[in-house]
Amino acid sequence: MHGLINKAIQSFVCSTYGKSRWIRVTEAANLGFVEYEAMLVYDNRVSRRVLDELCRELGRPQAELLEDLGTYLVSNPNTEALRRLLRFGGVTYVEFLHSLDDLPDRARLAVSDLDLPPLELREEQDGRFSLACHDGLPGYADVMMGILRAMADDYGALVILEHVGTGQDCEVIEITLIETAFAEGRKFDLGARAG
Amino acid sequence: MTGPGDLVTLLDRLCPMFALLDSDGRISRVGPTLQKLRPQTSFEGTAFLETFELLRPRSIVGVPELMACSGAKLHLRFRDAPRTALKGLIVPLPGNQGAVVNLSFGISILDAVRDYALTAADFAGTDLAIELLYLVETKSAAMEASRKLNLQLQGAKIAAEEQAFTDTLTGLKNRRAMDHVLKRLLTGATPFALMHLDLDYFKSVNDTLGHAAGDHVLQQVARIMVEETRGHDTIARIGGDEFVLVFNFLQDRERLDSIARRLIDRLEEPIDYNGEACRVSASIGTVLSSQFAAPEASKLLHAADLALYAAKRDGRATHRFYSRDLCLPQDDAQMRRGGGGAGTQPAGSVRLSANGPDIGGKKAP
Repeated sequence: MHGLINKAIQSFVCSTYGKSRWIRVTEAANLGFVEYEAMLVYDNRVSRRVLDELCRELGRPQAELLEDLGTYLVSNPNTEALRRLLRFGGVTYVEFLHSLDDLPDRARLAVSDLDLPPLELREEQDGRFSLACHDGLPGYADVMMGILRAMADDYGALVILEHVGTGQDCEVIEITLIETAFAEGRKFDLGARAG
Repeated sequence: MTGPGDLVTLLDRLCPMFALLDSDGRISRVGPTLQKLRPQTSFEGTAFLETFELLRPRSIVGVPELMACSGAKLHLRFRDAPRTALKGLIVPLPGNQGAVVNLSFGISILDAVRDYALTAADFAGTDLAIELLYLVETKSAAMEASRKLNLQLQGAKIAAEEQAFTDTLTGLKNRRAMDHVLKRLLTGATPFALMHLDLDYFKSVNDTLGHAAGDHVLQQVARIMVEETRGHDTIARIGGDEFVLVFNFLQDRERLDSIARRLIDRLEEPIDYNGEACRVSASIGTVLSSQFAAPEASKLLHAADLALYAAKRDGRATHRFYSRDLCLPQDDAQMRRGGGGAGTQPAGSVRLSANGPDIGGKKAP
């Protein structure tokens, strides 16, 4: 798994639960180091072990933890740059949803060995959408749930999200848009640069 | 400029990937760059929605919806290979005369320039496509350089760790360093004493209070050992809770015994960790280089190991010197060496565990 993904997990744990718990997890998982390098690629089994130990250490189910990770990626000031890149997707939440199809390609454009599985948005009737998160990255749909939820807050949209299960070769999230301008949302200026 | 010919001339220059549609949604003209993508295809007269698959918005199922969605962003792709993805914008012409669709590559531009051998001349002068390509190439080159540096640094770090003489947790010497020191002393025929110290009850600290507490204890133990020895003595951590102390020129048994006892006494004092008292003890075996006519590192380490083992058998918190009559009882030897023909093995082949003692099987009760 790419260092950026591993580093995201590390950053989430350190900032939410404290560095000492992260160190304990790395020890329990026999990681042999404490800091991931963002631009190196790690063996999937290593990332797997860390996630397993993390769930054990925190006593929380993996899906829940990964959804929190998704929320963290959008809402924490540490990862403001990522939130900005997601906001590049569009002026409204619906445009953002449509831009998700391009997300894996955009990620690859930025970091050529960052392989995100395809995302496919389907627009159904009456403000309903379904997002197919294709296989290839365990927990992908869980992280996306957190991202979608936090981005709705970011745009000030009111949405209902439901992880409706596993399809042929993907997991599907159903998104029901109740109101596009429910709250003010957070300010976004295309020209500003993330510090 | 009011005629359709003027419009085409204008579009050719301004947006060379346009498609001009009649009111039935058929293509009447395409721009030069769009034509370049399908040199063999005659677009004129074909239905736009049959040439291009409209991916979004999904609400558009036919020409009327298409014509009605002025200004909407379209996501399309060619129906035939290569199925290049395109972005589009549709603007109807006044008086129900059809519409203009302007196409662009969006993120597929990287593949497109390669697949269709496009040049700067194929893009409008105001199009940022070339700048984007430039940016991607420079970024990729810079990223590649940084990736190489990353891997190089990673390799250098691993090499440095392998060559290190220091145990990073305690700041003591490591096993490699100890091997070097012993070699130097033996080559110089310097007399010295070698102590093998093993912590007792360390595993239970680790198990009950966690690794962080264990690490703290090891650091305190290291500090005590440094305080209780002379500056030019060597203290090495050679396993999880195993230490070797080397005393240059020291052959005085009485002094060595008092150092060992003092060490044990101090190590038995409770060590505070976040309000918890961690209690450990130590067993020590000592050998003098002068006890061997031809001392070798492996022989000395083995001898110290035997003495340590005898100390453990005497009850913990004990210090023993090596003597010739110390040897491993057959059963215990089997245990210590994992059952591998202990009796016939030469003394020098017994190694101290580098990975920390296996409390369960290795030690005497």
